Amino acid sequence: MAERPEDLNLPNAVITRIIKEAVGSPGWRVGAGRTSRQRGSGSGVRVPGPGPQRYSPALFSQLPDGVNISKEARSAISRAASVFVLYATSCANNFAMKGKRKTLNASDVLSAMEEMEFQRFVTPLKEALEAYRREQKGKKEASEQKKKDKDKKTDAEEQDKGRDEDNDEDEERLEEEEQNEEEEVDN
Amino acid sequence: MADAVAGRDKCGEPRLVSLPLSRIRVIMKSSPEVSSINQEALVLTAKATELFVQYLATYSYRHGSGKERKALTYSDLSNTAEESETFQFLADILPKKILASKYLKMLKEKRDEDEENDSDDGSDGDEAES
Repeated sequence: MAERPEDLNLPNAVITRIIKEAVGSPGWRVGAGRTSRQRGSGSGVRVPGPGPQRYSPALFSQLPDGVNISKEARSAISRAASVFVLYATSCANNFAMKGKRKTLNASDVLSAMEEMEFQRFVTPLKEALEAYRREQKGKKEASEQKKKDKDKKTDAEEQDKGRDEDNDEDEERLEEEEQNEEEEVDN
Repeated sequence: MADAVAGRDKCGEPRLVSLPLSRIRVIMKSSPEVSSINQEALVLTAKATELFVQYLATYSYRHGSGKERKALTYSDLSNTAEESETFQFLADILPKKILASKYLKMLKEKRDEDEENDSDDGSDGDEAES
Protein backbone atom coordinates (compact mmCIF):
# COMPACT_ATOMS: atom_id res chain seq x y z
CA MET A 1 0.00 0.00 0.00
CA ALA A 2 1.10 3.65 -0.12
CA GLU A 3 3.67 5.28 2.08
CA ARG A 4 1.44 7.79 3.78
CA PRO A 5 -1.74 6.35 5.28
CA GLU A 6 -3.50 9.68 5.61
CA ASP A 7 -3.52 10.08 1.85
CA LEU A 8 -5.70 7.04 1.51
CA ASN A 9 -8.38 8.21 3.90
CA LEU A 10 -11.69 9.57 2.77
CA PRO A 11 -13.07 12.73 4.37
CA ASN A 12 -15.03 12.00 7.51
CA ALA A 13 -17.74 14.54 6.85
CA VAL A 14 -18.61 13.01 3.52
CA ILE A 15 -18.54 9.46 4.86
CA THR A 16 -20.87 10.49 7.65
CA ARG A 17 -23.28 12.03 5.23
CA ILE A 18 -23.31 8.99 3.00
CA ILE A 19 -24.08 6.73 5.95
CA LYS A 20 -26.91 8.98 6.99
CA GLU A 21 -28.29 8.99 3.51
CA ALA A 22 -28.47 5.22 3.65
CA VAL A 23 -31.27 5.63 6.10
CA GLY A 24 -32.99 8.05 3.79
CA SER A 25 -33.84 10.21 6.76
CA PRO A 26 -31.96 12.45 9.16
CA GLY A 27 -32.31 9.80 11.84
CA TRP A 28 -28.70 8.81 12.26
CA ARG A 29 -26.37 10.61 14.57
CA VAL A 30 -22.65 10.16 14.39
CA GLY A 31 -20.22 10.61 17.21
CA ALA A 32 -21.10 12.29 20.45
CA GLY A 33 -23.60 15.08 20.32
CA ARG A 34 -23.18 15.99 16.69
CA THR A 35 -26.50 16.83 15.12
CA SER A 36 -27.27 15.59 11.67
CA ARG A 37 -27.38 18.15 8.92
CA GLN A 38 -30.31 17.74 6.65
CA ARG A 39 -29.93 18.14 2.96
CA GLY A 40 -33.50 19.11 2.51
CA SER A 41 -34.78 15.80 1.26
CA GLY A 42 -36.65 13.20 3.21
CA SER A 43 -36.62 9.50 2.80
CA GLY A 44 -36.79 8.12 -0.68
CA VAL A 45 -37.67 11.36 -2.39
CA ARG A 46 -35.07 13.12 -4.43
CA VAL A 47 -35.14 14.27 -8.00
CA PRO A 48 -33.41 14.30 -10.30
CA GLY A 49 -30.39 12.05 -10.62
CA PRO A 50 -29.65 8.62 -9.27
CA GLY A 51 -29.18 9.63 -5.65
CA PRO A 52 -29.01 6.97 -2.99
CA GLN A 53 -32.52 7.60 -1.67
CA ARG A 54 -34.05 6.41 -4.85
CA TYR A 55 -32.81 2.92 -4.15
CA SER A 56 -33.51 3.05 -0.45
CA PRO A 57 -36.43 0.69 -0.03
CA ALA A 58 -35.35 -1.68 -2.75
CA LEU A 59 -31.72 -2.16 -1.89
CA PHE A 60 -31.43 -1.19 1.71
CA SER A 61 -34.22 -1.49 4.18
CA GLN A 62 -35.27 1.62 5.94
CA LEU A 63 -33.79 2.00 9.37
CA PRO A 64 -35.50 3.57 12.34
CA ASP A 65 -34.89 7.12 13.41
CA GLY A 66 -32.39 8.12 15.99
CA VAL A 67 -29.74 5.48 15.41
CA ASN A 68 -26.32 6.36 16.73
CA ILE A 69 -23.10 5.53 14.99
CA SER A 70 -20.07 5.52 17.21
CA LYS A 71 -17.04 7.44 16.05
CA GLU A 72 -15.19 4.20 16.04
CA ALA A 73 -17.73 2.61 13.75
CA ARG A 74 -17.64 5.59 11.45
CA SER A 75 -13.90 5.51 11.22
CA ALA A 76 -13.98 1.77 10.61
CA ILE A 77 -16.44 2.28 7.76
CA SER A 78 -14.16 4.92 6.32
CA ARG A 79 -11.21 2.53 6.35
CA ALA A 80 -13.37 -0.17 4.86
CA ALA A 81 -14.30 2.20 2.05
CA SER A 82 -10.65 2.82 1.22
CA VAL A 83 -9.99 -0.90 1.17
CA PHE A 84 -12.99 -1.33 -1.07
CA VAL A 85 -11.55 1.15 -3.55
CA LEU A 86 -8.28 -0.75 -3.63
CA TYR A 87 -9.98 -4.09 -4.04
CA ALA A 88 -12.26 -2.77 -6.78
CA THR A 89 -9.36 -1.12 -8.59
CA SER A 90 -7.26 -4.22 -8.52
CA CYS A 91 -10.17 -6.30 -9.77
CA ALA A 92 -11.05 -3.81 -12.51
CA ASN A 93 -7.43 -3.69 -13.53
CA ASN A 94 -7.46 -7.42 -14.12
CA PHE A 95 -10.27 -6.96 -16.59
CA ALA A 96 -8.43 -4.15 -18.31
CA MET A 97 -5.32 -6.28 -18.63
CA LYS A 98 -7.38 -9.14 -20.02
CA GLY A 99 -8.59 -6.74 -22.66
CA LYS A 100 -4.98 -5.69 -23.29
CA ARG A 101 -5.74 -2.15 -22.24
CA LYS A 102 -3.70 0.09 -20.02
CA THR A 103 -6.51 2.40 -19.06
CA LEU A 104 -9.25 1.35 -16.69
CA ASN A 105 -12.64 2.10 -18.10
CA ALA A 106 -16.26 2.03 -16.92
CA SER A 107 -16.95 -1.51 -18.05
CA ASP A 108 -13.93 -2.77 -16.13
CA VAL A 109 -15.38 -1.30 -12.99
CA LEU A 110 -18.77 -2.86 -13.65
CA SER A 111 -17.20 -6.24 -14.29
CA ALA A 112 -15.24 -5.86 -11.08
CA MET A 113 -18.45 -5.34 -9.12
CA GLU A 114 -19.86 -8.58 -10.42
CA GLU A 115 -16.63 -10.38 -9.68
CA MET A 116 -16.62 -9.04 -6.13
CA GLU A 117 -20.20 -10.22 -5.65
CA PHE A 118 -21.68 -6.77 -5.50
CA GLN A 119 -24.09 -7.34 -8.39
CA ARG A 120 -26.63 -5.23 -6.56
CA PHE A 121 -24.52 -2.21 -7.42
CA VAL A 122 -24.50 -2.81 -11.15
CA THR A 123 -27.88 -1.33 -12.02
CA PRO A 124 -27.50 1.85 -9.97
CA LEU A 125 -24.01 2.26 -11.36
CA LYS A 126 -25.20 1.94 -14.92
CA GLU A 127 -27.81 4.58 -14.26
CA ALA A 128 -25.21 6.84 -12.70
CA LEU A 129 -23.02 6.33 -15.74
CA GLU A 130 -25.83 7.35 -18.08
CA ALA A 131 -26.53 10.43 -16.01
CA TYR A 132 -22.84 11.31 -15.99
CA ARG A 133 -22.56 10.93 -19.74
CA ARG A 134 -25.60 13.12 -20.29
CA GLU A 135 -24.13 15.71 -17.97
CA GLN A 136 -20.82 15.68 -19.80
CA LYS A 137 -22.51 15.99 -23.14
CA GLY A 138 -24.52 18.92 -21.85
CA LYS A 139 -21.44 20.67 -20.58
CA LYS A 140 -19.61 20.13 -23.82
CA GLU A 141 -22.48 21.51 -25.85
CA ALA A 142 -22.78 24.50 -23.56
CA SER A 143 -19.13 25.40 -23.83
CA GLU A 144 -19.10 24.92 -27.57
CA GLN A 145 -22.12 27.15 -27.84
CA LYS A 146 -20.28 29.86 -25.94
CA LYS A 147 -17.31 29.58 -28.22
CA LYS A 148 -19.48 29.92 -31.29
CA ASP A 149 -21.22 32.95 -29.99
CA LYS A 150 -17.94 34.56 -29.19
CA ASP A 151 -16.28 33.85 -32.51
CA LYS A 152 -19.32 34.48 -34.62
CA LYS A 153 -17.58 37.06 -36.76
CA THR A 154 -14.55 34.96 -37.59
CA ASP A 155 -14.78 31.52 -39.11
CA ALA A 156 -16.02 29.56 -36.09
CA GLU A 157 -15.76 26.13 -37.58
CA GLU A 158 -12.13 26.45 -38.51
CA GLN A 159 -11.13 27.62 -35.08
CA ASP A 160 -12.94 24.85 -33.31
CA LYS A 161 -11.53 22.13 -35.48
CA GLY A 162 -8.07 23.58 -35.30
CA ARG A 163 -8.02 23.85 -31.54
CA ASP A 164 -9.62 20.59 -30.58
CA GLU A 165 -7.59 18.14 -32.50
CA ASP A 166 -8.86 15.08 -30.80
CA ASN A 167 -12.58 15.57 -31.36
CA ASP A 168 -14.71 12.45 -31.60
CA GLU A 169 -16.73 11.83 -34.70
CA ASP A 170 -19.76 12.42 -32.53
CA GLU A 171 -18.69 15.89 -31.64
CA GLU A 172 -18.06 16.87 -35.21
CA ARG A 173 -21.45 15.67 -36.27
CA LEU A 174 -22.99 17.57 -33.41
CA GLU A 175 -21.17 20.74 -34.39
CA GLU A 176 -22.44 20.57 -37.92
CA GLU A 177 -25.98 19.98 -36.78
CA GLU A 178 -25.85 22.94 -34.47
CA GLN A 179 -24.37 25.20 -37.09
CA ASN A 180 -27.19 24.36 -39.43
CA GLU A 181 -29.75 25.10 -36.77
CA GLU A 182 -28.40 28.44 -35.64
CA GLU A 183 -27.69 30.46 -38.65
CA GLU A 184 -29.89 33.28 -37.49
CA VAL A 185 -28.51 33.68 -34.01
CA ASP A 186 -27.08 37.04 -33.03
CA ASN A 187 -28.29 39.03 -35.96
CA MET B 1 -14.16 21.24 -2.55
CA ALA B 2 -16.50 22.61 0.09
CA ASP B 3 -19.28 21.77 -2.31
CA ALA B 4 -18.39 18.14 -2.00
CA VAL B 5 -19.31 18.23 1.65
CA ALA B 6 -22.49 20.19 1.13
CA GLY B 7 -23.39 17.76 -1.58
CA ARG B 8 -24.39 20.33 -4.14
CA ASP B 9 -22.60 21.68 -7.16
CA LYS B 10 -22.41 25.29 -8.27
CA CYS B 11 -25.96 25.30 -9.55
CA GLY B 12 -27.30 23.85 -6.32
CA GLU B 13 -28.06 20.54 -8.00
CA PRO B 14 -27.52 17.40 -5.94
CA ARG B 15 -24.14 15.97 -6.86
CA LEU B 16 -23.90 12.72 -8.72
CA VAL B 17 -21.08 11.64 -6.45
CA SER B 18 -20.23 12.94 -2.98
CA LEU B 19 -16.81 11.50 -2.37
CA PRO B 20 -13.91 13.63 -3.63
CA LEU B 21 -12.68 12.23 -6.92
CA SER B 22 -9.15 13.43 -6.33
CA ARG B 23 -8.89 11.34 -3.18
CA ILE B 24 -10.42 8.30 -4.86
CA ARG B 25 -7.92 8.72 -7.65
CA VAL B 26 -5.02 8.80 -5.19
CA ILE B 27 -6.19 5.54 -3.65
CA MET B 28 -6.66 3.90 -7.04
CA LYS B 29 -3.25 4.99 -8.25
CA SER B 30 -1.60 3.50 -5.22
CA SER B 31 -2.46 0.10 -6.64
CA PRO B 32 0.72 -1.30 -8.22
CA GLU B 33 -0.21 -2.36 -11.74
CA VAL B 34 -2.59 0.46 -12.53
CA SER B 35 -1.29 2.87 -15.15
CA SER B 36 -4.16 5.16 -16.05
CA ILE B 37 -7.77 5.62 -15.14
CA ASN B 38 -10.51 6.81 -17.42
CA GLN B 39 -12.69 9.57 -15.92
CA GLU B 40 -15.81 7.43 -16.15
CA ALA B 41 -14.09 4.62 -14.28
CA LEU B 42 -13.17 7.10 -11.58
CA VAL B 43 -16.72 8.36 -11.22
CA LEU B 44 -18.13 4.84 -11.13
CA THR B 45 -15.62 3.73 -8.53
CA ALA B 46 -16.53 6.68 -6.35
CA LYS B 47 -20.22 5.94 -6.75
CA ALA B 48 -19.67 2.25 -6.04
CA THR B 49 -17.80 3.18 -2.88
CA GLU B 50 -20.76 5.22 -1.70
CA LEU B 51 -23.10 2.33 -2.36
CA PHE B 52 -20.70 0.13 -0.49
CA VAL B 53 -20.60 2.40 2.55
CA GLN B 54 -24.36 2.37 2.73
CA TYR B 55 -24.58 -1.36 2.23
CA LEU B 56 -21.98 -2.07 4.88
CA ALA B 57 -23.64 0.24 7.38
CA THR B 58 -27.16 -1.03 6.91
CA TYR B 59 -26.15 -4.68 6.70
CA SER B 60 -24.08 -4.46 9.86
CA TYR B 61 -26.83 -2.69 11.68
CA ARG B 62 -29.48 -5.21 10.71
CA HIS B 63 -27.33 -8.20 11.62
CA GLY B 64 -25.68 -6.72 14.63
CA SER B 65 -26.57 -6.67 18.27
CA GLY B 66 -26.12 -2.92 18.44
CA LYS B 67 -29.61 -2.41 17.20
CA GLU B 68 -30.95 -3.40 20.57
CA ARG B 69 -29.59 -0.10 21.75
CA LYS B 70 -30.34 1.63 18.45
CA ALA B 71 -26.67 2.00 17.68
CA LEU B 72 -24.24 0.88 15.06
CA THR B 73 -21.09 -0.21 16.82
CA TYR B 74 -17.64 -1.29 15.78
CA SER B 75 -18.35 -4.86 16.78
CA ASP B 76 -21.36 -4.94 14.45
CA LEU B 77 -18.98 -4.11 11.65
CA SER B 78 -16.33 -6.59 12.62
CA ASN B 79 -18.93 -9.31 12.99
CA THR B 80 -20.08 -8.58 9.48
CA ALA B 81 -16.52 -8.86 8.20
CA GLU B 82 -16.10 -12.19 9.86
CA GLU B 83 -19.44 -13.76 9.16
CA SER B 84 -20.48 -12.54 5.75
CA GLU B 85 -18.69 -13.90 2.71
CA THR B 86 -19.33 -10.73 0.78
CA PHE B 87 -17.46 -8.69 3.35
CA GLN B 88 -14.70 -11.16 4.09
CA PHE B 89 -12.11 -8.97 2.44
CA LEU B 90 -12.51 -6.58 5.36
CA ALA B 91 -11.66 -9.15 8.01
CA ASP B 92 -8.07 -8.00 8.41
CA ILE B 93 -8.85 -4.35 8.87
CA LEU B 94 -11.84 -4.90 11.12
CA PRO B 95 -10.47 -7.37 13.60
CA LYS B 96 -12.46 -8.55 16.54
CA LYS B 97 -11.60 -6.88 19.74
CA ILE B 98 -10.90 -8.76 22.90
CA LEU B 99 -10.10 -7.53 26.36
CA ALA B 100 -6.43 -7.10 27.07
CA SER B 101 -6.73 -9.36 30.07
CA LYS B 102 -8.16 -12.09 27.89
CA TYR B 103 -5.36 -11.70 25.38
CA LEU B 104 -2.70 -11.90 28.06
CA LYS B 105 -4.37 -15.01 29.37
CA MET B 106 -4.31 -16.55 25.90
CA LEU B 107 -0.63 -15.72 25.60
CA LYS B 108 0.13 -17.28 28.91
CA GLU B 109 -1.76 -20.43 28.06
CA LYS B 110 0.11 -20.75 24.82
CA ARG B 111 3.40 -20.28 26.58
CA ASP B 112 2.57 -22.98 29.08
CA GLU B 113 1.56 -25.28 26.26
CA ASP B 114 4.82 -24.68 24.45
CA GLU B 115 6.84 -25.34 27.53
CA GLU B 116 5.11 -28.65 28.01
CA ASN B 117 5.79 -29.67 24.45
CA ASP B 118 9.41 -28.69 24.80
CA SER B 119 10.00 -30.81 27.83
CA ASP B 120 8.34 -33.79 26.12
CA ASP B 121 10.35 -34.02 22.94
CA GLY B 122 13.21 -31.73 23.75
CA SER B 123 13.34 -30.17 20.30
CA ASP B 124 12.49 -26.71 18.97
CA GLY B 125 13.47 -25.26 22.25
CA ASP B 126 13.98 -21.85 20.75
CA GLU B 127 10.50 -21.23 19.48
CA ALA B 128 9.96 -17.47 19.37
CA GLU B 129 7.70 -16.06 21.94
CA SER B 130 5.96 -12.78 21.42
